[in-house]
Amino acid sequence: MKFTVFRFDPEVDKEPRYSTYEVPVGEGTTLLEALLWIVDNADGSLSFRYACREAICGACAMFVNGKHRLACKTQVKDLRADEVVVHPLPHLPIIKDLVVDMSGFWEKYRAIRPYLIAEGLGDRELYQSHRDRQAIDEMLNCILCACCYSSCPMVWTNPGYLGPAALLKAYRFAADTRDKGGRERLKLVAGEDGVWRCHTVFNCAEACPKDINITWSIQALKRKLARAAVGLKP
Amino acid sequence: MPYHRILVVGAGLAGLRAAIEAAGEDVAVLTRVHPVRSHSVAAQGGVNAPLANVPEGKEDSPERHAFDTVKGADYLADQDAAELMTRLAPERIYEIENWGCPFSRTPEGKIAQRPFGGAGFPRTCYAADRTGHAMLHTLYEQVVKRGIRVYEEWLMLDLIVSGGRCRGVVAMDMVSGRVEAFGAEAVVMATGGAGRIYARSTNSHINTGSAAAFCYMRGVPLKDMEFVQFHPTSLYPNNVLISEAARGEGGYLLNRDGERFMARYAPKAMELGPRDIVARSIQTEIDEGRGFENAYVHLDLRHLGAEKIKERLPAIREIAMYFAGVDPIEKPIPIQPAQHYTMGGLDVDKDGASELPGLFAAGECACVSVHGANRLGGNSLLETVVFGQLAGAAAVRYVRGLEKTGPDGSALDTAVGEVEARIGELISRQDGERTAVIREEMKQVMFEKVGIFREEGPMREAVEKIRELKERVKRARVDARGRRYNLELISALELPAMLELAEVIALGALTRPESRGSHFRRDYPQRDDANWLKHTVARWTPDGPRLEYKPVVITKWQPEARKY
Ligand SMILES: Cc1cc2nc3c(=O)[nH]c(=O)nc-3n(C[C@H](O)[C@H](O)[C@H](O)COP(=O)(O)OP(=O)(O)OC[C@H]3O[C@@H](n4cnc5c(N)ncnc54)[C@H](O)[C@@H]3O)c2cc1C
Ligand code: SF4
Ligand code: SF4
Ligand code: FES
Repeated sequence: MKFTVFRFDPEVDKEPRYSTYEVPVGEGTTLLEALLWIVDNADGSLSFRYACREAICGACAMFVNGKHRLACKTQVKDLRADEVVVHPLPHLPIIKDLVVDMSGFWEKYRAIRPYLIAEGLGDRELYQSHRDRQAIDEMLNCILCACCYSSCPMVWTNPGYLGPAALLKAYRFAADTRDKGGRERLKLVAGEDGVWRCHTVFNCAEACPKDINITWSIQALKRKLARAAVGLKP
Repeated sequence: MPYHRILVVGAGLAGLRAAIEAAGEDVAVLTRVHPVRSHSVAAQGGVNAPLANVPEGKEDSPERHAFDTVKGADYLADQDAAELMTRLAPERIYEIENWGCPFSRTPEGKIAQRPFGGAGFPRTCYAADRTGHAMLHTLYEQVVKRGIRVYEEWLMLDLIVSGGRCRGVVAMDMVSGRVEAFGAEAVVMATGGAGRIYARSTNSHINTGSAAAFCYMRGVPLKDMEFVQFHPTSLYPNNVLISEAARGEGGYLLNRDGERFMARYAPKAMELGPRDIVARSIQTEIDEGRGFENAYVHLDLRHLGAEKIKERLPAIREIAMYFAGVDPIEKPIPIQPAQHYTMGGLDVDKDGASELPGLFAAGECACVSVHGANRLGGNSLLETVVFGQLAGAAAVRYVRGLEKTGPDGSALDTAVGEVEARIGELISRQDGERTAVIREEMKQVMFEKVGIFREEGPMREAVEKIRELKERVKRARVDARGRRYNLELISALELPAMLELAEVIALGALTRPESRGSHFRRDYPQRDDANWLKHTVARWTPDGPRLEYKPVVITKWQPEARKY
């Protein structure tokens, strides 16, 4: 099968180019396996990120035949195409080939104080009911792959916007009954670069390989902010 | 030239927990992938601790947990270490929960616990079927909170030893290809398992074991490396783990004749026999021609019905669909045994200290030992946080006790020069084989000859083969000459180190004429406590490993037959 892969080394190349490879594929062959085959058998200079090969580490996000995907979770036959065209995550600076610079993504992750704010008890667990734990289950699924971030038009046009993944994380803590960060964390997501920047176009939810409805969480944060604004308990 | 008083290599659970413990000192973490990409993220089932949170577990205690661990280990675990681990377990689990780890809950709002193989009580705490993910993200959050410096996408390529103590590491920035020495007074190794030495492994691609091997090649001994755990059910063809839960819920194992073959191997326990027995049974079916395509058998869930599969085994269904294109509601899942866990590792004591002053290790790359000849499910996540914390604390004590500190300039320069020379040679060589060929041959020979079944003849051939590969790799070449994010170069730099580990595993297994836990010898099927109740210690020499032995610590429990 034919694979056309975006190539660019900003330190050497004047402009991007494409390399084409013919790769043997069978039933169940994933895109990641095909890329690894290329490195071992055709062209060792191709760069991309990967680790777990089971859709849980978040390393291998890329843009494949016009869609955000995890390379390891993509079976090439499922693409139902004669050719596989692979690009790096759009709208992120390119380090080399399919490897992008994630520093902006992580900076925003850090900005929302991404940790439980609570007094530990030390010798036992903090109480949480089964139902309250289930309520945050979907947000916990996030593998920080940045598919959503790369797909969000507000991120493209507003470099300061926190973006879907960081806001999802903020809601994961805001909705955790053990967290005492309440108003403090809400303040962090309330600003101009916070939730109000989101225009609910759902690109992010569409792009998420873990099927997380990120937009829903952002809306929930907005509701919490609205309650806080009128003096109610968020 | 970067310098930190304490440098942690590896950002999985063990490394992050060690770094958090050392946060009061000048500490940094160096890792080949962003911390949340570390293999700990993939652990599914759970983490053991005798919390006695559920009614059936009321009688549980650290002592019962320690006993199960020792028995599961086929008595090769050091009993004082197992007791220490289980005593500290509740503390570490409550701590990570207090830090935000989203464990699943009991109806009373406590951490939920479920039964796991080889345990007398339900003592495995879990966060749905994503326990490793939940724990790793939580520890990373704590690292962010404390502002601990992390050097991401740096590949360790050597350990720096000078004046009889550890003085840092050499690493390559994967992005630029630049090689740097990281000066340190203490180094904590937390670089995970070595599964990718084997052709079939449930491990992440980055679990090559190379970092531990670089320490070994600088004189730090390895312990019990011949003990390698094989999991019975990994997905064919890419060996993603299919958790034991599939059989727990009633799945059948079938050969090509449609026969539930476990009836011939474990008539009572059937599919739910211990891991090592089920793995050996499946492999026998395949070897004797009753598998499919000489490679796999079927795990059939169809009789459970669509509803039960969707409700109880959603993750397994997804894995089968995404990675093999098989919906278990309609078709049986193709499975085969695969390498799963590295019981051996850098030889360290209960504080994670190796015999080299300043070098500590914790997690899967270390061998304390608590897993002995066979690790129990749920005990390795526990090991990472317990011994990560202890190693971090010990490193702090160590650096505070030093009289003279500061980077050892000349040792660091020499070390960088040596690594640069290695790289230069690889990318300037015009002829020779590509390293990927050698790597694949190593993986194949390890799985076939030092795998689930072992025997003198094939293992001798394996040792010979590895020695041949060690020679060939000296003349191998890489085609990609650029230094930036060069995957071929990275793999070529790791391969000689992986071959060192392969040799230690093969020689250790060949030299141990008994069967114990995961180490099964067709020619010596019995455990031999009179002669072999002892740890293997391998020391690097230019001519291959030198094997020594040391006693197992026995406190309360005399070895007895391992029956379940
Ligand atoms: C599929 C699967 C499921 C599992 N499920 C369970 C379970 O349910 N319960 C349980 O108890 N155990 C389970 N285990 C085992 C357990 O997950 C591991 O033993 C444990 O997570 C290892 O943690 P660690 O911190 O030692 O290493 P890892 O998490 O593997 O981290 C290693 C770190 O070292 C770094 N590193 C490695 N080499 C280098 C180098 N050369 N230079 C720089 N950095 C380097 C990596 O970047 C990484 O950050 C499972 C294992 C597998 C494979
Ligand atoms: S819903 Fe909001 S966050 Fe998601 S893509 Fe649209 S604007 Fe971005
Ligand atoms: S929300 Fe989804 S797309 Fe976004 S980072 Fe998390 S897993 Fe990736
Ligand atoms: S390699 Fe980990 S998500 Fe794809």
